[in-house]
Amino acid sequence: MIEAVDLHVRAAPGERMLIEAMSLRVGAGEVVAVAGPNGAGKSTLLRALAGELRPSAGVAAVCGVPAADWPPRLLARRRAVVSQAVELAFPLTAAEVVALGRLPWHGASGGGAARDAAAVAAALERAGVAHLARRAYATLSGGERQRVQIARALAQLDGAEPPTALLLDEPTASLDAAHRAGLLVTLRGLAAAGTAVLVVLHDLNEAAFVADRVALLSAGRLAACGPPAAVLRPAALAALYGIPFRGRPGDGLLPDFAAAAATPTHRRR
Amino acid sequence: MDGSGLRPLAGAAPPATRIRGGRLAALGLGGLVLALLAGALLGPAGVSAAGLLATLAEALGLAPLPEQHARDAAVLGVVRAPRVLLAAMLGAGLAVAGAAMQGLFRNPLADPGLIGVSAGAALAAVAAIVLGPGLFGAAAGLLGLWLLPVAAFAGGLGATLLITRLATRQGVTGVATLLLAGIAVNALCGALTGLLVFAADDRQVRDITFWTLGSLGGARWPQLPVAALLVLLPALLALALARPLNALVLGEREAFHLGIRVETAKRWAVLLAAIAVSAGVALAGLVGFVGLVVPHLVRLAFGADHRIVLPGSAVLGAALMVLADLAARSLAAPAELPVGVVTALVGAPFFLWLLHRRGGAP
Repeated sequence: MIEAVDLHVRAAPGERMLIEAMSLRVGAGEVVAVAGPNGAGKSTLLRALAGELRPSAGVAAVCGVPAADWPPRLLARRRAVVSQAVELAFPLTAAEVVALGRLPWHGASGGGAARDAAAVAAALERAGVAHLARRAYATLSGGERQRVQIARALAQLDGAEPPTALLLDEPTASLDAAHRAGLLVTLRGLAAAGTAVLVVLHDLNEAAFVADRVALLSAGRLAACGPPAAVLRPAALAALYGIPFRGRPGDGLLPDFAAAAATPTHRRR
Repeated sequence: MDGSGLRPLAGAAPPATRIRGGRLAALGLGGLVLALLAGALLGPAGVSAAGLLATLAEALGLAPLPEQHARDAAVLGVVRAPRVLLAAMLGAGLAVAGAAMQGLFRNPLADPGLIGVSAGAALAAVAAIVLGPGLFGAAAGLLGLWLLPVAAFAGGLGATLLITRLATRQGVTGVATLLLAGIAVNALCGALTGLLVFAADDRQVRDITFWTLGSLGGARWPQLPVAALLVLLPALLALALARPLNALVLGEREAFHLGIRVETAKRWAVLLAAIAVSAGVALAGLVGFVGLVVPHLVRLAFGADHRIVLPGSAVLGAALMVLADLAARSLAAPAELPVGVVTALVGAPFFLWLLHRRGGAP
């Protein structure tokens, strides 16, 4: 369970506000997609909920406890984060990267090497990267790396005591269509097993497919939040992004690039 | 690294790997013992194996020393044993400090010199040589021969603390700022050292040069407890940083996501490396490239898991330093090469090869 209550986050003390008066709740078993224009505060919201950034006011909580108050290791046994484009400092294999997801469990009761190995193998399988296990991470394509990072997060939450939370920042960005579909199905599966999933997505059709609710962010504030069919309406999106949209949520909702090109006065961000 | 084997990281170790780990440890320690034996037996004043055994037996109170081994016992007891042991501890300390800095900076080409240890220690040591009793007055009289090492230790630690303080804002130490502050403080220390050298007389310049090149020639028993406490112990404590350093391979944010207290780990890594390297410089002068090259060798051979890189660097660093010192006192016998010259002669070309190899990599 992840929750933001009247959340305010500043870039630094005394500097400009990145997130203002935002309240959002992702319950156990729920998938909430976060969308919005560049710079709207999507990644900042995710980082605050992950416990990386301390709110300047309000609360960002995981399982009812402010994320910044959790002992880091215990928090890591409840919530995993998939960031964008992780680069390694030293050469590791894909399996070694996934095994890092077991770090929070070292010294935990019921842990142990065999348990970790099983969790790593299951995560590799589930993220569709078992065949890449022995490959050097640096030699993988962007999409393959992304799937390895997703496997690492799955390994981290393997055996975690529910409720758990998974936060993903544009996880589909470098994936092909088939792997996007695979990832979205995996996220639904995790939610069905009781995980609260918060996922930043740019593709509104993906959001419409995977999310129980969609949160639209604009200039650091929550512009709209609700079921995809209610929130992802072309008129509202046009107002948010400053570019015309056509189609219906979940059925070919697209920015109308041709119309945007024809009206050069649209609000570019 | 080469994909030749699945090296489970971070505890996903099936039982087979534990055995492999045991074999690795046996291999490393065996190599270290061989290096220590070579260091003790070989050199300008050779010692026979029988002499070594007889000396050990006498030291342990097992048997009186036979007449014919008296010379061997003297060589071992007075100079050879403390020298070899100091070399081993120094090598272990420098190599582990290098591995920790590379992990912390997330850069395989990092070196403890980056955080100002060597430059700060050198400035203080040169100040002690040039200004000596004039500046330090009563302290110089009190410390006597220990003036230079104490000054070097304080200088190295002081420069590191200054750099760390400069790079820390609101409890967060920026690694990029740490690097830049290190460059500036290194340059400042270098300039001040240059001023002192300019003011020094000929004898002092010779002392400075000799000290700068590094040597284990002055190793005696009283230095060993100091080395054990300030070089070896920090290196052993740094072995506990393997988990946080493994997580940092992914990045600082990801390490936090994995439950690591990143700032705490950074502070410990910098502090332990600064103590070990400052004390090493204080005891043996500037010995370069061990901290840079040894962790690389371990990574090339056994992968990037810090649970292997850190202890592996300790063992390999110790063995290589003993052998480098053996070469330093054997190659130009009866004269002695500075050991820093030997490590740089071997280490610098290797470093260049690494740069070339990295440059050619995708």
